[in-house]
Amino acid sequence: MTDAWEVIFHINTLTAALRLATPIALAALAGTLSERAGVINLGLEGKLLAGAWAAVYATYLTGAPWVGVLAAVAAGMLVGALLGLFAVGLRANHVVAGVGLNILLLGLTTWLMQVVWDSRGTSPTVAALPRWTIPGLRDVPLLGDLLGSHSPLVYFTLLAAPLLWVVLFKTPVGLRVRMIGEHPEAADTLGIPVHRLQYLSLLAAGGLAALGGAQLALGDLAWFSQNMSAGRGYMALAANVFGQWNPLGSLLASLLFALTDAMQMRIQTLPNPWPTELVQMLPYLLTIAVLSGAVRRSRPPAALGRHYPPEPGAGAP
Amino acid sequence: MTATGTEPWILEMIDIHKRFGPVVANDGVHLAVARGEIHCLLGENGAGKSTLMKILYGLYSPDRGEIRIRGQRVAIRSPRDAMAAGIGMVHQHFMLVDRMTVAENLVAGMEPVRRGLLDLDRARQQVQAMAARYGLQVDPDARVQDLSVGQQQRVEILKALMRRADILILDEPTAVLTPQEVDELFQVMQQLKADGKTVIFITHKLRETMAFSDRVTVLRGGRHVGTVRTADTSPEALAEMMVGRQVMLRVSRPPAKPGETLLELERVSVVDRRGQPRLRHVTLSVRSGEVLGIAGVEGNGQLELEEAIAGLRPLAGGRIRIGGREPAQPGPRGRRALGLAHIPSDRLRRGLAAPLPVARNGILGRHWQAPFARRGLLRERAIRDHVGRLLASFQIRGRPDAPAATLSGGNQQKLVVARELADSPRVILACQPTRGVDVGAIAQIHRELLQRRAAGAAILLISADLDELMALSDRIAVLYEGEIVTEGPTEAFTKQQLGLWMAGQRPVPAAAKDSAPAKEGAAGA
Amino acid sequence: MLDGTPAGNARGWLRELAQSLGAIVLALLAGAALLAAAGYSVRDAYWSLYQGAFGNVYSIADTLLNAIPLLFTGLAVALAFRGGLFNIGTEGQMYAAALATALTALALPGWPPLLLITASLLAGAAAGAAWGFVPGFLRARTGAHEVITTIMLNYVAILLTTHLVKTRFKAPGPVDQTALIPAAARLPELVPATRLTWAIVVAVALIALVDWVLRKSSWGMDLELVGQNPSAAAYAGVPVAARTALTMAASGAIAGLAGSTLVLGVLHRFITHFSPGYGFTGIAVALAARARPWGVVPAALLFGALQAGGLSMQLFARIPADLITVIQGLVILFVAAPGLAALFRRRARGPVPVLPREGTR
Repeated sequence: MTDAWEVIFHINTLTAALRLATPIALAALAGTLSERAGVINLGLEGKLLAGAWAAVYATYLTGAPWVGVLAAVAAGMLVGALLGLFAVGLRANHVVAGVGLNILLLGLTTWLMQVVWDSRGTSPTVAALPRWTIPGLRDVPLLGDLLGSHSPLVYFTLLAAPLLWVVLFKTPVGLRVRMIGEHPEAADTLGIPVHRLQYLSLLAAGGLAALGGAQLALGDLAWFSQNMSAGRGYMALAANVFGQWNPLGSLLASLLFALTDAMQMRIQTLPNPWPTELVQMLPYLLTIAVLSGAVRRSRPPAALGRHYPPEPGAGAP
Repeated sequence: MTATGTEPWILEMIDIHKRFGPVVANDGVHLAVARGEIHCLLGENGAGKSTLMKILYGLYSPDRGEIRIRGQRVAIRSPRDAMAAGIGMVHQHFMLVDRMTVAENLVAGMEPVRRGLLDLDRARQQVQAMAARYGLQVDPDARVQDLSVGQQQRVEILKALMRRADILILDEPTAVLTPQEVDELFQVMQQLKADGKTVIFITHKLRETMAFSDRVTVLRGGRHVGTVRTADTSPEALAEMMVGRQVMLRVSRPPAKPGETLLELERVSVVDRRGQPRLRHVTLSVRSGEVLGIAGVEGNGQLELEEAIAGLRPLAGGRIRIGGREPAQPGPRGRRALGLAHIPSDRLRRGLAAPLPVARNGILGRHWQAPFARRGLLRERAIRDHVGRLLASFQIRGRPDAPAATLSGGNQQKLVVARELADSPRVILACQPTRGVDVGAIAQIHRELLQRRAAGAAILLISADLDELMALSDRIAVLYEGEIVTEGPTEAFTKQQLGLWMAGQRPVPAAAKDSAPAKEGAAGA
Repeated sequence: MLDGTPAGNARGWLRELAQSLGAIVLALLAGAALLAAAGYSVRDAYWSLYQGAFGNVYSIADTLLNAIPLLFTGLAVALAFRGGLFNIGTEGQMYAAALATALTALALPGWPPLLLITASLLAGAAAGAAWGFVPGFLRARTGAHEVITTIMLNYVAILLTTHLVKTRFKAPGPVDQTALIPAAARLPELVPATRLTWAIVVAVALIALVDWVLRKSSWGMDLELVGQNPSAAAYAGVPVAARTALTMAASGAIAGLAGSTLVLGVLHRFITHFSPGYGFTGIAVALAARARPWGVVPAALLFGALQAGGLSMQLFARIPADLITVIQGLVILFVAAPGLAALFRRRARGPVPVLPREGTR
């Protein structure tokens, strides 16, 4: 048993957690951005799938994973625009629209996989993203193991979280976005274009979340498989709640979720592995527990999920 | 309505039409405002005042009509256009983000920037400079949620001034203020006027119109009734223009014949979610046949008091007795069983389920009781009969099977009141019973409440409207920061004294007589 | 949750019908565009889809067979919608119920058919109710959004049932499945020599019951109040938290019966990963039905037809059947967008105008 604990709590678990956290964290950052602008982003799961599929497809066509990353961003922005069209433009309930989008993209990616590769399970293997090695850092004990060598998107995430924090809390555009999420009427009366900024936030969020998909497909593996996001988009939303709609909090919460994921993967490498399915349940159970514990303490943007201008005769929000 | 040549109109709105579906909100309205005047836009609720001003501010687009500013025809399609034309608006519901600071709220949309980042230091300076100029002191770093209503209003005025507004629209600015704060606002308006600004002041209160304005434009039912110089008119004449007939400005309240105590609060305390006290040891009692009014600036515990009595919020301490007994079960059902009726302060959030049919709303809270239900099954016949009677007796226009959302605000409120008063309750908790309804409905609701009083009900009236409180209450208690700071017979207070108590001050007894005009009792309440 | 509530009058009913039909037509058109873009013949595709759904007696039977689980999951999602809740966990509730039903049927050999079937169905409903109760309870007590918790519980249910079958209840053979249930536990056929069983009667009876409860009972009014305006419900003395948990439990029980009737009527055992996504399709069914119980019948038939037709499309036109999932997603989006209907209704440009509340306060 002690051996088992050593495997589970090895530094490699943390390193794996960082890698596994990246898709969740990017999606969570996307969630933070769009929800700060007042739009509930349940479509993150679909954006992860769209990003992953587009990344693999473009890499498959060109052989260049960087083109795949760009394609993922484009696909994610397209999905973001679609969510904007329905949730903002056509005033659909944000939650229903997000779930509809996820089902649409689950179907679409599975369908396209068969159309293009004639396979319902996984795509052919394509070129993966390179691993960057940070020269000086590589040799520092522990920290080198942890941060020394990763997919570029891992480093991007570690930079993107503080950057998004600065944008949201220290720049004019961030102030405007937050104002829309809190009080769209106030923003409107100050001449701040509510819908335009919501669309822009959703576009940026779509790109961010799809990068998470690209990491999932090209950073961890080198192929696409059906429903490969496996609920990470929903976990990202829970991470966002747990992180109190703060990019840095979202990043930390994503790491927490990824840690259980990394643990379960390492447990399965044990000589006498624990039952696979039970161990695989851990991240899902943790998400439920964390969400249940976190909601009471966190306060969402006041106008989250509301349409602007409001429905006539609307009672409770 | 034409310029005499000597008066240069800074603003003209000509033949404005606006309809929302079947509702005609503005029907050929004219408004001409002279530079540097305080112009009152007077009318009942629903007369089209706010619609007209929202058109001016670019929030609605008119179906027809023309707007001229300084003689130039302009097209105002958005608030941005309005601001560019020098128009600023202080909305009745403040357009402020609670969680942000004053400075953040004030500079949003025109943020000072340094190296791509928000320059909050400069924002602070800008705020302070503007505040000093008009004597509107606020702390730029305070969060809006920590400010009083009066302070928030100052922030709103500053917001318009910082955007270089020449024409300032104030939408019902006095509705939430204490009399003293109203006087301060009046000072600020004079200051603005002296600075060459033009003020458009929306109200339905005659007293303020007479006291503050240079000229008055009256709207009724979406139409322009007339524009007069304040000096040439009287409250009675304005009231007639506003309502279209001669109105009784006073409700007559026969002397109370108090009987046994029916509602008792004994050292009731309530805390909020963060554990902060919201009500501290409130002790009150209301007897049969009397009305106890609760005065206070909004946010001083009225909502908590309402919810505690209604059983919607757990008590942190103390006890409540209704008809001499403590409720056997927690929650609203236990209170109702003891004879409590509750007219909630927010009809759309609480008093009605707007998407459900009128018939269902007419039995809300009684839908488990005979005769409306038996063994968990609804009895449509009984419901229909009952709701039909409610609609008839309160002259509510609406069909039982239509969603309550389709009723007008006044009819919605009448439905709530009718429902709550239907089973001759012994204790009535009436919260903001006439908020946002027209004069006719107000009179009817007041009449009904006084009838119940005469029939021996105990009524606790919570209202932000001092005129209403003073007209209906036999006794008045003032709530300040969750405590009852004073209580006494209505005749023992002047409006000014109540205002001081509401602001947390202790009036000096000798200062009972003061200069502010108090011409009308329940004028246009 | 949806665009308003089911309106009481006939005009509202017709308007909703038109909106649902419009959404379905739009989704099929978008699907056609997708097919064309991918280089398929739209005509061949939709023709084989139609043939597979309604072409002959067998395909009609196939449509009905596919519609049965959707009657349950669609009704489950619709009921939750009416209570203001979004149950996207019907898939997990089905798995929990299906295993409970199979194990009950296997554990009570020798019981007479009627009793055994009833017991097995009840066991399944109870398991589904438990699986629905948890997110309902969490929503009521902690505020955790049921969309996230139910999705997580879907994964947990699938993993947990797989684990249990693999380690405890596996029948010999390569497939992870239980042994066959006794003949006495199998649902009798409604039409001989088809797999159309009494499940369809159970489903329709449940729909009638739910509709009746919603319209005629104080319970139904409680539930609808919580769904439309929780503050008003609390004001009216409705125990909101308890009703929320109860609604989710009831929804879970109904969804569970989709799994139970599949086990008793079609599969005759529990097989891991048996559902092709009846739970998610149930969302589309419920939305197309505008959360009306009786609307679930035509909606389930339609999506059952799409599912049956999708397989034939795959077989004969060689077009992957997952296109049907795309169409489901589109229907959800289109039904959920009131602005879409507004575009067609009037030539209104710009945002929907805000009705002035009477008075300015």
